[in-house]
Amino acid sequence: MTLGSIRNELVIERSADQVWELAGDASRLHEWFPGIVSLDMDGNKRTIHLAGGLSMPEDIVINDTLARRFEYSITMPVFVFHRGTIDVIPLGENRCIVVYACEADPRTMALIIGGGCYRALQELKRQMELQPAKAAN
Amino acid sequence: MGRKILFITTDQQRYDTLGCNGGTVARTPVADKLASEGIRYERAVPQSVVCMPSRSTIITGQAPSTHGVWMNGVPLPADAPSVAQVLKDAGYKTALIGKPHFEPFLDPFAAFAENRFAGGEPVNGHRGFDHFVAATHGAAGPLAYSRFILTEHPEFAGGFYPVLDGTLEVNAMGGGETGMPQLWNNPIPKEYYHTDWCADQAISWIDSLNDDDDFFLWLSFPDPHHPQDVPNSELGRINWRDLDLPAAYPSDQATREAILDRKPKHWRMWYDGELVSNYEAPAAWVPSTLTADQIREFTAYNAIACELIDEAIGRVLSALAASGIEDDVDIIFSTDHGDLGGDFGLAFKGPYHVDGLMRLPLIWKPAKNAQVAPSVVAAPVGLVDLAPTFCQIAGIPAPAWMEGKALPVNQSDAEARKFERVMTEWDSELFGVAMHLRTITRDNWVLTAYLPGTTSDGTDGELYNLIDDPNQFVNLWSDPSAAAMKSDLLDDLWANQPPQVKPLRPLVAPV
Repeated sequence: MTLGSIRNELVIERSADQVWELAGDASRLHEWFPGIVSLDMDGNKRTIHLAGGLSMPEDIVINDTLARRFEYSITMPVFVFHRGTIDVIPLGENRCIVVYACEADPRTMALIIGGGCYRALQELKRQMELQPAKAAN
Repeated sequence: MGRKILFITTDQQRYDTLGCNGGTVARTPVADKLASEGIRYERAVPQSVVCMPSRSTIITGQAPSTHGVWMNGVPLPADAPSVAQVLKDAGYKTALIGKPHFEPFLDPFAAFAENRFAGGEPVNGHRGFDHFVAATHGAAGPLAYSRFILTEHPEFAGGFYPVLDGTLEVNAMGGGETGMPQLWNNPIPKEYYHTDWCADQAISWIDSLNDDDDFFLWLSFPDPHHPQDVPNSELGRINWRDLDLPAAYPSDQATREAILDRKPKHWRMWYDGELVSNYEAPAAWVPSTLTADQIREFTAYNAIACELIDEAIGRVLSALAASGIEDDVDIIFSTDHGDLGGDFGLAFKGPYHVDGLMRLPLIWKPAKNAQVAPSVVAAPVGLVDLAPTFCQIAGIPAPAWMEGKALPVNQSDAEARKFERVMTEWDSELFGVAMHLRTITRDNWVLTAYLPGTTSDGTDGELYNLIDDPNQFVNLWSDPSAAAMKSDLLDDLWANQPPQVKPLRPLVAPV
């Protein structure tokens, strides 16, 4: 059985820096990921609490502000492997693409988590494009 | 006061499981009586052979390409057209009781409304329903039936078959006496099983109405879809050892495999365990291991599930009679798609457009006050025709977004209104395997063209003569003697394809 792999991407009409300010902040995921009602941070460990009643512990693996890459791993026992990656890539001064990828074993979990990531990207875009564009740094 | 509508669906029920359709295993006197007093359709065809696209067709009256639910795991948008909304707007009281599955079940983020209602979220006319009480195949998950079991009878929650395994794949674990996958002995008492629970819910809702209320009740039984885990108390109804094998199951292995080898290669690849193209059957199960006794045991359990449904429908009809409104009620009975049920040595479902999956039970008993004579319709009709039928019953025009037309009331009506062809689609792209099929059923032929995908370069297909070859053993796709028919059907198929919503909506769950 191979890993399940889902990649979602969305263009947001705001600068990469502005989007990264929210998307790269591990403590603010629940603000833009529908279905995550709250989270707890403890160093590089994060626990997300889902609307369906589950809680999922995670290890934050990469939080690279220069590359605008955030990577984390869900560590609950049902996952043999999980890696979630958020990349914010500039497409110009006030435009970027956000890529939210999910790889998982069991592969079915990639679909389930990836579906949530798809909705999260839509919500991130909605929120960001409601904000006034910030001047580039 | 108009005509009330009781729309009953089952899940994954074969045409030949009803006595009125020639079935000899399950006893279905209630459905048989509805057929004898109403209209029985001999060639009702789904527009998809899996649940979410097919159910979305039923509620929207649109082909999968149009409503955009192109495979299981793609949710029907909450604001998609709905015949229930049309009826509600016309003053009908509306309810859905049982399995909805317009939205994915596997939903840890509680993203989908269907999965939130049992937790107390108001229904608020979701998809046009005033009342929405959902159930699926067991006690797991957030639906109302699960909550009923977990809160009222938790001692039976663990008795259901675990539909998914530890990796969340469809479980291949075997049970019963033969080790048939997705078959299980369930200690739950019959009265707590979801079939009776759905009927009880329906009766309660009917009892809550005023006699002069027009209503649309979609009563959607989760069975006989796998798992086959009917209550143990009912297993004595049918002894699987007594059963004949299906006509489409040649017991000789070489014969069976030769039939598969005449079909496009994904048939044999699945049979041999070389390809799993979709989520709807156990991924770890290899169909070539299916034994004749496993098919017999599956058939028995499945037939018992059909009998329980038939009896549950009987109770609902008795409630209508007791309330004095039965003569004002149109009753339509069907299902979303069929089951391979051992045909060709296969089971469950997948991208295989043959009768096991494509020929459905469909019965319409019009209200007595409509004065429609009993009949049998041989012309092909589709589940896409149900929504406009409901509108016609309600005396309101079918909205332009509906793509079907109200079901014919007899064969002459079918011919006059040109019920000639029905289209069926399959699209799936899962874990790197893509399958795309387009099918036309017409003139007692079924033609399936394959679009490019993992196992097809887009040039292969299937062509069956349903009269000469009712089991679809002989694929005439490359037979020169059928070339003219193939060409004609292909032209018809492509000329009548609905444009597909693009880009395809994202897959957000396996099912």
